[in-house]
Amino acid sequence: MLLKRIIPCLDVDKGRVVKGVKYVDHVDAGDPVEVAQMYDAQEADEITFLDITASHEGRGILLDVVTRTAETVFMPLTVGGGVRSLADIRDLLNAGADKVSIMTAAVENPDLVGEAAVKIGSANLVVAIDARARSDGDGWEVCTHGGRRPTGIDAVEWAAKMAQLGAGEILLTSMDCDGTKGGYALEMLRAVSDAVSIPVIASGGGGSADDLAQALDDGPAGGHSQAALAASIFHFHETTVPDVKRRLLELGIPVRKPSPAAG
Amino acid sequence: MSASPRIAVVDFGAGNLRSVAKALERSGMNPDVTADPAAVNRADGVVLPGVGAFADAVASLAKSGLDDAVRDRLAARRPYLGLCLGLQVLFDEGDEHGVTPGLGVLPGRVERFPDQTPDGEQLRVPHIGWNTVKFSGDHPMLSRLPDEDCFYFVHSYRAIPNRASDVVGRVDYGGEFAAAVAREGMFAVQFHPEKSQSAGRRLLDAYAFWVSGS
Repeated sequence: MLLKRIIPCLDVDKGRVVKGVKYVDHVDAGDPVEVAQMYDAQEADEITFLDITASHEGRGILLDVVTRTAETVFMPLTVGGGVRSLADIRDLLNAGADKVSIMTAAVENPDLVGEAAVKIGSANLVVAIDARARSDGDGWEVCTHGGRRPTGIDAVEWAAKMAQLGAGEILLTSMDCDGTKGGYALEMLRAVSDAVSIPVIASGGGGSADDLAQALDDGPAGGHSQAALAASIFHFHETTVPDVKRRLLELGIPVRKPSPAAG
Repeated sequence: MSASPRIAVVDFGAGNLRSVAKALERSGMNPDVTADPAAVNRADGVVLPGVGAFADAVASLAKSGLDDAVRDRLAARRPYLGLCLGLQVLFDEGDEHGVTPGLGVLPGRVERFPDQTPDGEQLRVPHIGWNTVKFSGDHPMLSRLPDEDCFYFVHSYRAIPNRASDVVGRVDYGGEFAAAVAREGMFAVQFHPEKSQSAGRRLLDAYAFWVSGS
């Protein structure tokens, strides 16, 4: 059977790993290639780089980081952040990314998703959605620009539209939960996962193995997602990927069993 | 034969091949990423990797004469390893964005996953992630592989071989499908050994051993 995935996420700024709480107060957490090697040794199922560098010259640095990572780490790598065009997607795939994630560009130009799906293939194309609960409690709304700009678009409808246009996967981040380590936004996750027939990656709020288990759970109270992304709990050595997986297996979530070498 | 077999990694413009080349190096091989049919002919082994669309891949191979070079190598039964698209193009035809003929080396078609499992449950497509492949059959590679191992998949289309005897690896996603096919001088997999950590290394080590002994 297809196993559920645990994905450490590295926020990368000017070639360094950073991770903030609610998208501010970034703390330096190391060289991305070295951090990726550590997660490879821990048998993480994939890794994700999200580039948060604002400047144009940052692209060259990111491509270099992706190239060096793909040459030393034999595991799947997804890269997103600032991807605006088909050329950007191609550059990242050519540098060694296995999947490329787009967000703001999909909102501004949904046709890019369809075009990329045909020219590059859906399997390598992730659409990232940052969303937060509407203040009136009526569902969730898509945000862009690192979560700062609300769009008024309904997150569940948007995910369904992206899947229909050819996205191969949805990376769904809760802006309400991100950085809090208080658990994933299960209701939103479930609503999105049930609305699409492509895989969904849960992001935002993962603070423990039990949080990840809830996001991945297919039961009535679970998040119904196929993968769970987490950052701070791994970067600051609060836990390790094999420890999380052993707990998930105890809880009946099917994940790849860590080998003795993983620690 | 030298301790470090020369491997032609066929470059037909389907994305990054560095991670494939680096993974082959790690298993003691000497990879040469090339688009030159003569280099494909000279090498001890041929690896055809690739992500992307079936029709584009077949067209690119034909344009550069690499399709004939690959066919010649297969006819000579020299160790060929196909990865992902390198498995799919071996078949008669694929139906990604319209029906396109493949290399026609193996009888069968490449089709998109169905939207539902045989039990009527929703099947999420693409098939992305780690899944367990069960190996069986008679091929030099298999003597050095475990009976089952977990590999990384990322694809929306999969091959449906006409002959069960061509299938040496099976995996379950909405029903069983061919994760590995083989004949004399040929081994091809739908998954990505170059992305499959220690399981991938075991498979590429087995390929290095096979090439060195052929």
